[in-house]
This record gives sequence, structure tokens and C-alpha cells, in this order.
Amino acid sequence: MHCEVCQEHEATVHLTQIVDGHVRKINLCEACAAKSGLDMKGPLSITDILLGLGGAKPAEKPERERVCPRCHMRPSDFKKTGRLGCMDCYATFAAELAPMLQSMHHSSQHVGGIPAHEGARVQLTAEIAALQQALEKAVAAENFEEAARLRDRIAAGRRPPGAGPAQEPA
Amino acid sequence: MTLDDLLSQPGAWLAPGADTATVISSRVRLARNLRDSAFPGWAGEEECEKIWRRLQPILQGLPELAPAAVFGMADLEELERMILFERHLISGEQAHKGRGSGLVTAQDESISVMVNEEDHLRLQAMSPGLALQAIWQRMHALDHAIERQVPYAFSVKLGYLTACPTNVGTGLRASVMLHLPGLVLMNELNPVLKGLTKIGLAVRGLWGEGTEAAGNLFQISNQITLGDREENIIRHIEQIVLEVVEHERNARARLLERKDLVLRDHVGRAFGILTHAHLLSSKEALDLLSGLRLGIDLGIIKDLDRLTVDRLLLLTQPAHLQKREARSLKPKDRDRVRAQLVRTQLS
Repeated sequence: MHCEVCQEHEATVHLTQIVDGHVRKINLCEACAAKSGLDMKGPLSITDILLGLGGAKPAEKPERERVCPRCHMRPSDFKKTGRLGCMDCYATFAAELAPMLQSMHHSSQHVGGIPAHEGARVQLTAEIAALQQALEKAVAAENFEEAARLRDRIAAGRRPPGAGPAQEPA
Repeated sequence: MTLDDLLSQPGAWLAPGADTATVISSRVRLARNLRDSAFPGWAGEEECEKIWRRLQPILQGLPELAPAAVFGMADLEELERMILFERHLISGEQAHKGRGSGLVTAQDESISVMVNEEDHLRLQAMSPGLALQAIWQRMHALDHAIERQVPYAFSVKLGYLTACPTNVGTGLRASVMLHLPGLVLMNELNPVLKGLTKIGLAVRGLWGEGTEAAGNLFQISNQITLGDREENIIRHIEQIVLEVVEHERNARARLLERKDLVLRDHVGRAFGILTHAHLLSSKEALDLLSGLRLGIDLGIIKDLDRLTVDRLLLLTQPAHLQKREARSLKPKDRDRVRAQLVRTQLS
């Protein structure tokens, strides 16, 4: 039997895996098994082996550091000082910050006070989300009259303040 | 108002009348940032200078801070900055800053704003005794007054955005300074401190982060700022503090009951050394003043009041001593002057 990866050498490593009740088998030569980082100790996915991703370390690509587009802080700067550069850093480095915030605060959502100037906008966002939910329900229940009414309310909520009423469709 | 005027008053956390036997003072601070500038540590001196010039007149004009006193860090000598630090008006970090950083404080020091410390704005309010709820109300009013004139950095998900992620969310740090000699002398403090740490509270020394606990004085504060409402954070700390106060009261009662002689010896020695020493280091002074304070609270020492001792806690600090002498003093000279001051004040 030939190795299923190189199709050249004799397969000496036979791996059986049960995924969702289906038995999958793969046969590899020693070289390909070693290349895929197969160490028999840990669980390994056949797909990973076939894709050559086994337990082997991913190739070290020199990943270019992301930079905050506004203040030009890099993650390495943050690591050095423990402080962020500007408010946009929270969005730029959201992936790194999320687990950190979770372990510091055991939470990832602010529930405290809101600045007055944000208040109206934030409240409106929450209201529109609720209306959208109601709209989906009305459509599902084929209550089109209610759905149209909700659609208009959502449209009114999204218009910038001071703008006139929506144009009637021609 | 000058720094000398400040020195003529007792300090916001040292006022007569409040019940300060165990809870010496309460403090609330809010971290806030401007939406349109990088955070102070990253913005550079020029930008910080602009921010200070913009914020200073706004803050100075607020009725919540009136009548206000303004101190630009660049205009102060190092000794003067240390005085503001010892009075808890600025942090150790701000004491080392220069141009573009400053303090606007109500003249009675009870409420103030640090500009361009770690964040653009650090609002803080202090009061003697346990008064977190009351000072939170004042702080809230000041916060509203500022945000009417300055748009804050805020996100719906993460709340008020701060330079350090440990402050994000409410930006609120509520702390109380406790005097716990009873628990220390009964050897019962460690389990209490461990319990506090377990429920997410931080315990620090008298002058905050990184300072050691001297004089049996401890600061307890919340660490979590994201995911809870401000009122809950305040209420939670007050509840816990009341429990610690109860522990301390019990410990003092047991001290009187079981270790009366040890207690009287401890207090008597403190009084004896303080009234007769000719050299006193800052740490020794704090530790002995703690013993004296306990003696006054338990009625062992009758001719002195607690406020005299509390004023000495502040006046014996290095910068206050040097300002009083109007010259810079080497540590050894400071110890001499400190002992002299204590002897005079207690006689």
C-alpha cells in the first residue's frame, strides 16, 4: 500500500479516526507522518494531515505588525507600556484586548453611565434594534400592515435629526 | 490661591466632626479622556500642552470646582509637587510630570481634576470618614458639567475608554483609607486581607499603588471597572468596608479584654517615644502615631484628640516638613525636624 500523501513510499503508519460516527482511515509513510508532525500522543485530524498541517509548527511568516491607523501605536508598544495610544486602539487591537479585558473584569460589556451627548444616539440604536426584531416577527407572521408601519418607524429613526419626512415613493 | 494657602488648611481628608476611628477617609475618582486626542502618554508634550491650555479655563470656570485653584506642573518646584502628592491631590506619576500637565482643585481640596496624568482627565473627590455615596454624587455632577463642554472618548460596548484597560468601562475607582491596628495587634489581619483580594478588591498602603503599608493604614479599592453599574460598585465597597470596620471593632474589644497589658504598653511606648524622641524617621513616626491614635480611640490617652494625630500624619511627611522649614533637608535632618515638630505638637 502506498502512502496517501506522497504516493511514492510504502505506507507504514495507519491512522483511524472516528468523526461523527464515521470511520476514516489514512495510510502514511514514515517520512510523511513525521512531516505532518504526527506524534501519536495527541489527537490529530485527518484533514489536517492531508493539508500538511498536522501538529507541526506553522511556518514562521514574518507577520507585519498591525498599527493603529490613527495614533500609529503598535502592539509591541502596548506590550512595553501597558497603555494604549488613543481611543481607536481599542478597535484596532480588539482581538488582543478581548481576553485581557475578560480576565481583568470578568465582563466584556459596559453597563454603567453614558455621556449625555452619546445618550440619545445610543438609546436610538437600542430602539431601532428592538423595532427591527418586531419587524422580522411581523413579516414571519405575514402581518404586512404592521410590518409596513414598523418599517416606517425604523426609517424615521435612522434619518438624521432635522431632516424632513421621508419622500413618498412615486 | 498659592501652595502656602493650601498648607494653612488641614487637607480634605482631615476634617473634624466625622467618625474617623477606623475609616479615615473616602475617595472616588473617574478616568476620562477626550475623543479627539491621543492619550497623554502617547500624545507628546506639544499636544498635552494644547490639551492643558484648552481644559484649564473650562475646569476653572465650573461652579462644581469654585472657587478653584490651578497648578501647572511645569510651574512648580519638585518639593511643591511632592506636597500636592502628600495631600493626595495628585498621583506619584503626575508629581514627575512637567509641561502640559496640571491640577485644578476646589480650594478646600475636596474635589479636583488632574489633567494629563495617565488619562486626559482624572476627577477625584475626597471626604473624611465613610462617605462614598455622598462624594459619588458630587463627582457625578462634576462629570456631567465637564462632558457638557468636552466630548468624552466612549464606546457603547466598552464604556469610557482609558489609556490603561484596567480602568475601562466606568473609569471609576472608589477607595477608603482604613486604620486597622486592632486586627494587626490581634494577628487577624491576613485572613481579612486575603478575603478582600478574593472578592476582587485591591489593598494598598497609604499613598496608593506600590506603597507599603505603614502605620497600620490600608487603602481598599475596587479593581473591576467594566460590567457593573457605578452605584453597585460604590454600594459593594461600602458594604465590605462596614464589615471590615466590624472586624476591627471586635478585635479592639478583644484586645482590651484579653491583652490589656500588651495594649497599654504598646500605646504608652508610642506616646513616650513620640514625646521624647529627637530623631524620627517617616515610617517610625507613622507607626507610633498609629499606636497613639489607637490609645486615643480606646480612651487610654485622654488629653489628646484624634485630629491632632491625624494632622501629624500629614505634617510629618518629607515634603511638608521641608516646606515648613523653607529649605531642602537631608533625611537625617528631616528626622530631627520631624521629632521636634511631633514633640511640640503633642506637648
